Amino acid sequence: MQADVLIPLWQDLVREAASRGERIRIHGGGSKAPWWAAAQHSGADTAEHTLDATLLSGINHFEPTELVITARAGTPLTEIEAALAEHHQFLPFEPPHFARASGGQATLGGMVASAMSGPARISAGGVRDYVLGASLLSGRGEVLRFGGEVMKNVAGFDVSRLLCGSLGSLGVILDVSLKILPVAPAETSLRFAMTQDEAIARCNAWAAQPLPLNASAWLPDRSGSSGKGVLTVRLRGARAAVQAAGAKLGGERMADTDAATFWTALREQTLPWFTPTWPGDSQAALWRLSLPTTAPALDLSGTQLVEWFGGLRWLISAAPASIILEAARQAGGHATRFRGGDARAPVFEPTQATLLRIQRQIKTAFDPHGVFPTLF
Amino acid sequence: MNAPLQPDLAARAARQAEVVAALGAVVPPHILLWQPEEVTPYECDGLSAYRRKPLVVVLPETEAQVAAVLKACHRLNVPVVARGAGTGLSGGALPNEDGVLLALARFNRIKRVDPVARTATVECGVRNLAISEAAAPHGLFYAPDPSSQIACTIGGNIAENSGGVHCLKYGLTVHNVLQVRGYTVEGEPLTVGGLACDCPGPDLLAAVIGSEGMLMVVTEVTVKLLPKPVLARCIMASFDDLRKAGDAVAAIIAAGIIPAGLEMMDQPMTVAAESFVHAGYDLDARAILLCESDGTPEEVEEEIGRMTEVLSLCGATALKCSESEAERLRFWSGRKNAFPATGRISPDYYCMDGTIPRKRVADMLEAIQGMEGKYGLRCVNVFHAGDGNLHPLILFDANQPGELHRAEAFGAEILETSVAMGGTVTGEHGVGYEKINAMCVQFSPEEREQFFAFRRAFDPGETLNPGKQIPTHARCAEYGKMHVRGGLLPFPDLPRF
Repeated sequence: MQADVLIPLWQDLVREAASRGERIRIHGGGSKAPWWAAAQHSGADTAEHTLDATLLSGINHFEPTELVITARAGTPLTEIEAALAEHHQFLPFEPPHFARASGGQATLGGMVASAMSGPARISAGGVRDYVLGASLLSGRGEVLRFGGEVMKNVAGFDVSRLLCGSLGSLGVILDVSLKILPVAPAETSLRFAMTQDEAIARCNAWAAQPLPLNASAWLPDRSGSSGKGVLTVRLRGARAAVQAAGAKLGGERMADTDAATFWTALREQTLPWFTPTWPGDSQAALWRLSLPTTAPALDLSGTQLVEWFGGLRWLISAAPASIILEAARQAGGHATRFRGGDARAPVFEPTQATLLRIQRQIKTAFDPHGVFPTLF
Repeated sequence: MNAPLQPDLAARAARQAEVVAALGAVVPPHILLWQPEEVTPYECDGLSAYRRKPLVVVLPETEAQVAAVLKACHRLNVPVVARGAGTGLSGGALPNEDGVLLALARFNRIKRVDPVARTATVECGVRNLAISEAAAPHGLFYAPDPSSQIACTIGGNIAENSGGVHCLKYGLTVHNVLQVRGYTVEGEPLTVGGLACDCPGPDLLAAVIGSEGMLMVVTEVTVKLLPKPVLARCIMASFDDLRKAGDAVAAIIAAGIIPAGLEMMDQPMTVAAESFVHAGYDLDARAILLCESDGTPEEVEEEIGRMTEVLSLCGATALKCSESEAERLRFWSGRKNAFPATGRISPDYYCMDGTIPRKRVADMLEAIQGMEGKYGLRCVNVFHAGDGNLHPLILFDANQPGELHRAEAFGAEILETSVAMGGTVTGEHGVGYEKINAMCVQFSPEEREQFFAFRRAFDPGETLNPGKQIPTHARCAEYGKMHVRGGLLPFPDLPRF
């Protein structure tokens, strides 16, 4: 449907819902649905209305020489990535699609609302680092545009980046402008056998050197209990730099096709590690722990996969949520229950009372009638 | 003639006494200034065209004092404006006449450099360049490099989301800060962001950065540090045509190259800079591009080769590549001194700060040439060409009747043209007090009201740096500007005056 027809209909829907005290569930491609639903405290399951954000789709404006693309929020990421690839450009933060794992189709709006980035996030930055502008349908039914299509823009509060991680709580994202980058001339992946602690230390040491280090992933050995595992690192950049760094770091070089398959499977959570045979415990959950890169290996039951030079730890564990949340807090970060486990437990836990108050007031500022779901 | 002002002055004196007494009860007297000769040095920031004496200046030495001052001001409903080094160019730290100016220069300690985590935790008054100096022994640096980096503070950089030459490749402040700590308007401690890559919920850190001191008072910042490039080299390219130079900028980016810096100066700017620093600029060139590559020696060699090829294909009339660090710095000396060089050729100048899409650089320069005739004033141009951020310097003489007014009108038209070309009214200097009218052009009434609503989520009474950044509806009505969207004015066929 045309945007100029659809958006006024959505505005009417929001205004009517606001006047009646009803709630709207925003439905995108569904690729992150399990986590998304769990993350929203209200409105996800009990909303009176559903708004299908995928109806608003298509690339509005793509200017390869400007390194900018603007597209409607319901546009599938596959469509955007294909358009960029024609010009040898890409989304450097490698957003996950979770298509095979979820059966859904990742969209641009969902990417921004979930603020999920892939393996390169630690060196290339995250979704928020590439958002230049966005349009929003607020809880007042107003269509608002923030930011723009230029790289440097400090006019007004940075609401377009604020939307990253908002999970639809502030309104319906209508379109997004993103900075993009050219595909790097070269990349190569290297493998090293080492423990998790060694991998974290090694990655941090390398990251302090001028090396084209782009991504890392440490996976435990299949037995899971030996403490041993394999660190895979990806180098990406100028040909000469990748070549020189590869020679310097050593390790076992992966075949390019194997490497591409590995990093995609990691991003998409289709590696076997993500679907283990968990011995008879239905309470096991997949946790996402975002930590300082230098945090040591966490002593938690279950199995761990480490990305982002130590900054992202995936944990499959049946341990009580309270123990995992506290361990993440002690390590200087936070944990979110990504999939499975006790559905009644909160997914987010903001720790500061002042921050919680401000987050709730921000929600009210954009959605005074509580039309959209809340997070905190 | 002054009689009508007396009641106001008396009221101000009474209010001042009330505020001084309240603050004196919670902080030591030596950090409070209120006599005219004491507060005068704080009456403006780097934009000296606008001056206001604050009611009281407070020079806190501890976070407890910051909290106490904010609590007292909140109780008395006193506006608070935070200030760092005062190098801002948009009047962002312009004091409020009825308020407290919180001068945070004493928060100048580097608390921790963690070479393993590649972070530095510093107080808000630490100078931008001092962070890189502290990180240098570890082979690390802090990337955002505003031109004033020798003096400007990281707290001010947070307020303005500052950039610089390196930002094309390494990003702005928002891309290089992990966490800020500080106080709400009520004096409550608040931490935004974290030492991990992300935090749950909407990205408040991004919203605080660039908020011009209107959401919280930042006292401590944790920044990312990056490995220092081993080598940097710079190409200086001459063009006999502005459009060819503009097209070369787009061609470099289209070739898949992200230079460490990509700057452009037009001929009048080059002439002014050359007479000031003697950098060896080509005075016959209509425009000069400075294209820098940094990284390992192998990377730099590869990139310099590719950039040279593109620039030649785009019609560069001369190309020189720096062969030494001294030569590289000489190439940059004119660009880095563009503002003082301009100060030598004109009694006054008015620096603008719009951003446009890269491909419109030549269009904008031609538009500015037209405006020179219209307003009867000269304009020299220096661009962060790689990201489309322009800094036209409008030359005028404030002692000549009408010239300041014409310069302001000239500047306003440049910003309106920036918006019409798909850009923005400020790329890196901030809106502050200076460009508040220009915001009427870029944002609709609903968008501006949403900004206010967002701000009230942090500061319900709107007492942190009031009257900056976001214009009220009444102000926009008075300014008489209509909302430009997608380059289209309402009723574009109507003549305008």
